[in-house]
Amino acid sequence: MRYIGKKIPKVDGIELVKGTPAYTSDFDTNNNSLIIKILRSPHPSAKIIDIDTTEAEAMGGVECVLTHKNVTDIKFTLAGQSYPEPSPYDRSLLSDTMRYVGDEVAVVAAVDEQTALKAIKTINVKYEILEPVLDLETAVDNSNLVHTQEPHVNFDIGCDHKRNIASTFYKENGDVEAELKKCDLIIERSYKTQAQAHAMMETYRATASIDVNGRLNIMSSTQIPFHVRRHLSRILGIPKSKIKIIKPRLGGGFGGKQTASVEMFPAMVTWLTKKPSKIVYTRQETFSCTTSRHAMKFTVRLGSDKQGNIKVVDISALSDTGAYGEHAATVFFVTGHKTLPLYGRANASRYHGYAVYTNKMPAGALRGYGATQGTFALESAMNELASEIGMDPAELRLKNIIRVGDSHPDLDGNILQSSALDRCIETGKEMIGWDEKYPAVFLSDSKVRGYGMAVTMQGSGIAGIDTATAVLKMNDDGFFTLIHSASDMGQGSDTALVQIAAEILDVDMDRVIVVSNDLDTVPYDPGAYASSGVYVTGNAVIEAAKEMKKQILETASRLLNVEEKELEYDGGNVSGADKSISLDELAQKLCSFEGKDQLIAKGTFGGDTSPPPFIAGFAEVEVDIGTGKCEVTDFVAVADCGTVINENLARIQLEGGIAMGIGLGLYEDVVYSKTGRMVTDSFMTYKIPSRMDIANIRTAFESSDEPTGPFGAKSIGEVVNNTPPPAIAHAVYNATGLWITDLPITPEKVLMGLISK
Amino acid sequence: MKVDTSINGRAMTLECENGEFLAGALRRYGFLSVKEGCDTGSCGLCTIWLNGKPALSCCLLTARVEGQEITTIEGMQEEAEEFAHFMVAEGAEQCGFCSPGFAMTVLAMKRELTNPTDDEVKNYMAGNLCRCSGYVGQTRALMKYLEVHG
Ligand code: FES
Ligand code: FES
Repeated sequence: MRYIGKKIPKVDGIELVKGTPAYTSDFDTNNNSLIIKILRSPHPSAKIIDIDTTEAEAMGGVECVLTHKNVTDIKFTLAGQSYPEPSPYDRSLLSDTMRYVGDEVAVVAAVDEQTALKAIKTINVKYEILEPVLDLETAVDNSNLVHTQEPHVNFDIGCDHKRNIASTFYKENGDVEAELKKCDLIIERSYKTQAQAHAMMETYRATASIDVNGRLNIMSSTQIPFHVRRHLSRILGIPKSKIKIIKPRLGGGFGGKQTASVEMFPAMVTWLTKKPSKIVYTRQETFSCTTSRHAMKFTVRLGSDKQGNIKVVDISALSDTGAYGEHAATVFFVTGHKTLPLYGRANASRYHGYAVYTNKMPAGALRGYGATQGTFALESAMNELASEIGMDPAELRLKNIIRVGDSHPDLDGNILQSSALDRCIETGKEMIGWDEKYPAVFLSDSKVRGYGMAVTMQGSGIAGIDTATAVLKMNDDGFFTLIHSASDMGQGSDTALVQIAAEILDVDMDRVIVVSNDLDTVPYDPGAYASSGVYVTGNAVIEAAKEMKKQILETASRLLNVEEKELEYDGGNVSGADKSISLDELAQKLCSFEGKDQLIAKGTFGGDTSPPPFIAGFAEVEVDIGTGKCEVTDFVAVADCGTVINENLARIQLEGGIAMGIGLGLYEDVVYSKTGRMVTDSFMTYKIPSRMDIANIRTAFESSDEPTGPFGAKSIGEVVNNTPPPAIAHAVYNATGLWITDLPITPEKVLMGLISK
Repeated sequence: MKVDTSINGRAMTLECENGEFLAGALRRYGFLSVKEGCDTGSCGLCTIWLNGKPALSCCLLTARVEGQEITTIEGMQEEAEEFAHFMVAEGAEQCGFCSPGFAMTVLAMKRELTNPTDDEVKNYMAGNLCRCSGYVGQTRALMKYLEVHG
């Protein structure tokens, strides 16, 4: 292999570090754009009785004031999902009902920021303040309703707004209750995971203008450009052909930009005023007026025999989707779907519960997409079971994990075709020194190092739903343009896809340039989510490159007058029967009367399986018994993402994901005041791991060969988030004897636990 | 108001509103490497040099830089590229949005500290947040860079 499996620098890495313009605001340099600011609800639940915007409208420099009174009341979802979306259409552009602190009351566009902010202050709103629903656990059948009208749903997702239920799910494989009766040992435990902020470094932003063809141009930092266009078409009531979307590089997304939180505002302002406009969310708005990870609550029951053979995995859950139901049903479903198969050898398994509405900021997609939450619950319970049985938790895993050839109803495609999870566990044990150090090493009277572990899986793309196409075009001196639409938010999809194309075409990587930013040009791709880039779009690129090779041979055969089967292509030349033509000559001939053709190849892929990548994570946590402070002094993560396409890209996904998982385990928490206002709306109050908090992250790859993957590859983008919280909780237990069952694991919780012990 | 200053070695007069911060003014004048990630002086994305020392341009009033020397990464392209090679070799840049600010801090540290220890490096770099990389790749890249160029 020339490129696959190598450490290849990102195609745009050098220029990004040098600060070369690449992001939405870097291209949006129209200093005459209207600036958009939003008046937001100070109440978690309220009805607008009266709203007076006369003063704002009369103000010099104000060009547009929108409220529920003068915009469409069409209902929609902002979730970035293939149509028909499995999310309720429960929101409108601007409504008279406020469902969380931060919900949009009015939109003002003015010649500059100061004027827009001043105008907003003059808007008078009279609210009828309603009793909010702020607690996940009392939301169902609460007398207060977040939504009083029935939202439209495209599927039966078990939405019951009269009970504050956005989605209901129940799936049982085998007979859980009957199998439990046969078990020697049953443990039942409850866990809680908190809401987490994406905290991508580039805040949400979008800009709009009208072009010379009268089309609405939107440039946005989005993971889901095609879905954005579809949503805008519905909201504005104009055909998709009237909307052009440009998607530059993203300064991080992590799933946040899989919900179209901001595009509709400049789109509406510009469509109405015909003037360019832009919106750039402040960090505060990014924290408090977009989406977060779903907070969840779990009860896990595990049943096993005395030897530690798991017979039953039974999980019930409640998920907090906040004010709107974007991704409510799917995140809920994925939580079980991407955890139960881990112990697919059990006789019975079940996952069920509700995603509920509350008067908090909506939850949405965040790297891991429910699997992160589910992994904390399931893996913590597994660790508790191991300690009840008195078995090494690594042994318990090795005894029970799903193996190649095993099947499980929640595995798309049913049979597991690749896994190196057993080797991931063995390698991880060795790297962390498990056999010597587990369960704990006592450093002094006050300092103990505990060791803990967890395993996890995710998917690669959405089986049976998502599909992507890639196009390859040969240019006039024989270099290629790869045209695709997987959004590069840093994960390096542009690089990995060029590698794949260059590998098949057997050309230097710099002979393949990449276009991925303009929806008028690129073929359909659902977007950067569900860990699809390399697996779904990568497979499409393979098809396109094979087709291109075929076209090259056909053309050479015609031009050389040699039968195709006698010809051989080596990346530079096509030769046979003592004749030869270089790609360069071939391409130039095609631009002449003699050749008269252009080579354009396409490839499409949609998976009917979603092969799981796996990770075994091992944490070394130093606990200060006096203060309860926990520090992850070492974290070892060993991943099976099939064939590693590019070690540089895979490794930073792994390292970065582990750091984000450490954040979820120890620090990060979206907190609301008693009155429903989000308190953690800045980097001062919401702590993401800083350089000082990350001591050591060590990674390794154990490859497997996934038969359906491009060159045997599976995904890596999301699975990386999942192991730290349960592995850290396990290490804390081994250091202190305390099971911390609700995240994050703060010094207060540890100290209080130690005191009450 | 008008502010006379020097940017990347060239005298420039910045026209700005009273109270405008330097990060915004620099972007307005086309120094687009300057990124902003927060409203609270917490992220380090907007790091430039003020008279050769790293400074947060989001917290610096444009009026305050009258007569001072500003450096952005646009004025440091050669050195930045040298460092960038270490970054991409380690696969340490992901979305890249934090990278220009990070690189400006690294280049300043290289001038300021000789043979720094790991802890000194961490301390110097503490103000530069990165959500993508988990920091360890950045640290590898920058230690190797210092070995060769420090
Ligand atoms: S923008 Fe965050 S510190 Fe300047
Ligand atoms: S690379 Fe994305 S924030 Fe640092």
